[in-house]
Amino acid sequence: MKYMLLIHHGDTPTPRDPEAWATLSEDERKAIPAQYQAINQTPGVTPGLWLDAPETATTVRVQDGKTLVTDGPFVEIKESIGGYLVYEADDLDAAIELAARIPSARLGGAIEVRPIVG
Amino acid sequence: MIAPLERVFRDQWGRVLAALIGFLGDFDLAEEAAQEAFAIAAERWPRDGFPTNPGAWLVTTARNRAINRIRRDRTLAAKTRLLQAEATTEDAMNATTFPDERLELIFTCCHPALATEAQVALTLRTLGGLSTDEIARAFLVPEPTMAQRLVRAKRKIKAAGIPFRVPPPHLLPDRLVAVLAVVYLIFNQGYGGRGELAAEALLLGRALAELMPDEPEVHGVLAMMLLLDARREARFRGHDLVLLADQDRSLWDAAEIADGRAALDRALALHGRGPYVVQAAIASLHADEPRDWPQIARLYGELSRLTGSPVVELSRAVAIAESESPEAGLAIADRLPGLDDYHYLHATRGELLRRLGRTEEARDAYRRALALVHDDAERRLLQRKLAELDILRSSDGERS
Repeated sequence: MKYMLLIHHGDTPTPRDPEAWATLSEDERKAIPAQYQAINQTPGVTPGLWLDAPETATTVRVQDGKTLVTDGPFVEIKESIGGYLVYEADDLDAAIELAARIPSARLGGAIEVRPIVG
Repeated sequence: MIAPLERVFRDQWGRVLAALIGFLGDFDLAEEAAQEAFAIAAERWPRDGFPTNPGAWLVTTARNRAINRIRRDRTLAAKTRLLQAEATTEDAMNATTFPDERLELIFTCCHPALATEAQVALTLRTLGGLSTDEIARAFLVPEPTMAQRLVRAKRKIKAAGIPFRVPPPHLLPDRLVAVLAVVYLIFNQGYGGRGELAAEALLLGRALAELMPDEPEVHGVLAMMLLLDARREARFRGHDLVLLADQDRSLWDAAEIADGRAALDRALALHGRGPYVVQAAIASLHADEPRDWPQIARLYGELSRLTGSPVVELSRAVAIAESESPEAGLAIADRLPGLDDYHYLHATRGELLRRLGRTEEARDAYRRALALVHDDAERRLLQRKLAELDILRSSDGERS
């Protein structure tokens, strides 16, 4: 089975916000990139791309043939996606275990695990 | 009396369906095939006699039906495990035994990726063999809602790749908690008066104890359910609730109490000290006369530490009121956080205040409880308590 793991950062501190990032211990700040790297190197994982901050998003809709553009993400900023990866695994349990290893899952964010069709 | 045919069906449904799901890898296909096999049995067995191994007969027949169906519909075959398994089926069909995969099935049905209400419904449907309509009535939802819930759950199992297996050791403790929670939820729904659900939960509990003989919490949950169920007949007088202290003990099921205590002994022999084992031990003490209140209070203390639940603390307050004094019990009840909307808190306070002779406060507490209660039998119990307070007051009035 193939799963898309959608990473919602939520309140997770990121280096983009130095003040929040500084609330983490030094050990933690060093561990996080290493943990992401370990996940990307896990067999079955196809790393995704990192998205810039949700504040930089632009949302586009078309109504009656007219293009409507609004500032910000489609969902709330807190709920928007920060990154993703694809994981080919035996079953949902394996995908849940990988998701639980993603740092955001324990730092105020959440991972949505979605099967990929086909 | 249940007709033998019907009893065989009840006994075999879970095992037969589990084996078919394990073999076919598909809930719907397995369910259809099982239904077909049971229908054929209903027609043939009364005429030709019962097979020596009804379960194996049903699995074999269902499997043959499923294979025929798949042969007719090759596109479906591509989606099942059957293509790889086909070569071995002829041998397997002659076997008189088939693997018991009910554990795999219950762990699949109680997977945390399914909503709890779906876990409950799916467990009752697949392992208990209850019809969608029966489950819907037991949980007071319209039948189409329940049907939809089951369809969605089965679709998620397939689409999301929820595995059909007993979880590996590192996942087992958490998953077992989920399974036992579902069994207990079913029991609780039955304890409120729906006897058939309590019986269903007991069957599931017994099956789990047989399939996981080394898990103390499994024996614990079974022991607790048996000990509570043994008092079922005494819990109601007509439609009115009877509190434990006022129950007619001759109505208790002594054999069931003995069964419950045997299960508790097994759990304790396995060094079980989890929440279900402790609750079973408390239920066992409640069946003694006179009750050992200090020990009951100690066990509630232990349960409270295990669960961190203020509801358990409330039960401890009741035990302390008995073993020490109503004041000591009230002091605990009065500092419990977050139970303001819980009618038992106010009912308990009412009872303790009454015993302390603080009649006006007791009345207020019972009124709070009445405003919060939903269950009719509970409501009538509270109304009786309030009426008793009024009698107390009027007789006080006469004396003064």
